Amino acid sequence: MEKKVTFTIDNKECTATAGSFIVDAARKNGIYIPTLCNYDGVKPAGSCRVCTVKVNKRHLTACTTPVAEGMEIEVDTAELNDLRNAVVELLFTEGNHYCPACEKSGDCELQALAYRFQIMAPRFPFQFNERDIDASHPKIYHDHNRCILCKRCIRAVKDKDGKSIFEFNNRAKEVRIKLDDKLGETLSDELALKAMEVCPVGSILVKEIGFKTPIGKRKFDRIPIGTQETTEQLSHKEEHHE
Amino acid sequence: MPRKITIEPVTRVEGHGKVTIHMDEDNQVVQSRLHIVEFRGFERFVQGRPYWEAPVLVQRLCGICPVSHHLAAAKALDVIVGAGTGDGLTPTGEKMRRLMHYGQIFQSHALHFFHLASPDLLFGIEADPNIRNIIGVAMEHKDLAIQGVMMRKFGQEVIKATAGKKIHGTGAIPGGINKSLTKEERDSFLKGEDPLNTDKMIEWSLGALDFFKTYHKANQQLVDNFASFPSSHLSLVRKDGAMDLYHGVLRAIDSEGKKILHDVDYQNYTEYIGEEVKNWTYMKFPFLKEIGKKDGWYRVGPLARMNTVDFIPTPLAQKELEEFKAYTNGKPNGMSMHMHWARLIEILHSAEQMKDLLNDPDIMGKDLVTKGTKTNEGVGLLEAPRGTLFHHYKINDHDQIEMANLIVSTTNNNIPMNLAVESVAKQYLTGHAVISEGMMNAVEVAIRAYDPCLSCATHALGKMPLEISLLDKDDRLIDRKNS
Repeated sequence: MEKKVTFTIDNKECTATAGSFIVDAARKNGIYIPTLCNYDGVKPAGSCRVCTVKVNKRHLTACTTPVAEGMEIEVDTAELNDLRNAVVELLFTEGNHYCPACEKSGDCELQALAYRFQIMAPRFPFQFNERDIDASHPKIYHDHNRCILCKRCIRAVKDKDGKSIFEFNNRAKEVRIKLDDKLGETLSDELALKAMEVCPVGSILVKEIGFKTPIGKRKFDRIPIGTQETTEQLSHKEEHHE
Repeated sequence: MPRKITIEPVTRVEGHGKVTIHMDEDNQVVQSRLHIVEFRGFERFVQGRPYWEAPVLVQRLCGICPVSHHLAAAKALDVIVGAGTGDGLTPTGEKMRRLMHYGQIFQSHALHFFHLASPDLLFGIEADPNIRNIIGVAMEHKDLAIQGVMMRKFGQEVIKATAGKKIHGTGAIPGGINKSLTKEERDSFLKGEDPLNTDKMIEWSLGALDFFKTYHKANQQLVDNFASFPSSHLSLVRKDGAMDLYHGVLRAIDSEGKKILHDVDYQNYTEYIGEEVKNWTYMKFPFLKEIGKKDGWYRVGPLARMNTVDFIPTPLAQKELEEFKAYTNGKPNGMSMHMHWARLIEILHSAEQMKDLLNDPDIMGKDLVTKGTKTNEGVGLLEAPRGTLFHHYKINDHDQIEMANLIVSTTNNNIPMNLAVESVAKQYLTGHAVISEGMMNAVEVAIRAYDPCLSCATHALGKMPLEISLLDKDDRLIDRKNS
């Protein structure tokens, strides 16, 4: 039998399976912690810091920290919310994100978070970094202007032997996501679509399918980010599953 | 002493423009020009983007008629994805796009006539500017103002249902459309609560025409002589000569009605149309190559369309066209203020078209997209509210846009608008030592008749600072100012 632990989130008493990550444990208790680099079913990386919470007064990433008995976790505080906003604003100013013409608009998690946080304009100056577009692959269109280097594609899109199809190239400011030279050549349609789905922004796109989903039917047109699964829905799902 | 009069900004038009008028010591107008002081540059920064992004990206040129750019770009990309040159879409794909387009024409013309132009007609060109505006219309002619607002709303709702949003939607995609109408959506337009249904829109369109015709009768001298001059006219027409604002062949006629362009395929427009650049405006000067740079200019827009088409394929608008054509005994009409009359006939035609399209079951079909063999170049033309709109794209082997050329309606009307400004400046300002606000408004009224969308008409990139030069009558420089 799974061991349960008890902890608090914003003073609310919660219970979850020992060892589960704070993000998932919070969700099971009906509490949403914003994430960006995290992706269900994929090993967390803690790279974007959007999910930063305070555990016993220390800043930690909720996607990589397991819950433990007696933890006092802070999520929805002015300080932490401002910090999350700042992270999202930094991403907007570091890349070149022009939502009006982006086909991921409405399906983009970065945009959805900005709406959730009600960010009207970033507090930081835009960097206008020069980044190129790699359109050379027959199936994938790679817009580096929009990449937030979350590594979701590296972690989630793998061939049948478990090898990552995407990889980092270059260092520091010049680091870019790219397809593995060999594995990229044989990229299936299915994996191409998965890569586009996994990408939280409009950086990895499958060619020639842009704007197929009408406005109103896109992911976050229907349900704003952070409201997809409430505790009730989850418990209903679990009961149903059992 | 020579004087320069500047009207800046030109009001009640879309975008920013400026007029300069040079007068000599005898108070004679020496030269007048309409300057476009904005610049856009979309043709440059669309380069490198994936081609399917163009309809959504390029429409950001404008917030008033984005649908025109959205559809013209999509039509050009239809050619690129091998979905034919205007006749290859599925019935649902084509009809949804047409509905979107007629909704756009309807709302844009309503905005123009009621909000921007009607104050001049209702209160007079030289009336107090504090009253001569849409608020004044709302205060003194409440019914008309409500009609204007509700007609615009209806058009916008049609756009929302077809494109997903009232402004800057995503409905048209290369080779088709991304949605069709549900029965509820369709019925809401056909049987919606008054006034938001097609029958009411047709009734109000007829009412607006009556309003204009009454005004015309009472002010015949003004309406017929104001900025009136002969010109060539250009527009798309359906292959059988009917009005078709969405698709057709290119026809141009001279001021006597003789054909210059004989219903040609617009995919080859560069064979027929050239573009000239001048150093005092960001707007280019298109011309018919067959006639040459100097005299090859032409008018586009509602007036030109009334002149080029043989008939209108909806009964009520056709009746109005017959009356319109009879007024000039079938000869091309060059009276700038008749642009409003023509515009209202098109409002009526659009309302009739929307009703027909909504009654067609194809509008609820499920077959949305066509694809064929890809090519690397495509041209898309349509008749935007203000006139013929050209979009031309070339892509590379990686699906990126390599070249884009846009000739927007207002650019096509560049010379006619300048001539209209000159004509009115001479008529109203000549001999006057003191220039009143009303006299200057007369110049604006002439520009307003063309309903220019100045913002999307500019091309140049960066290195062309706006320069204002004051010249005497011998072209000697008196003063120069950089903006």
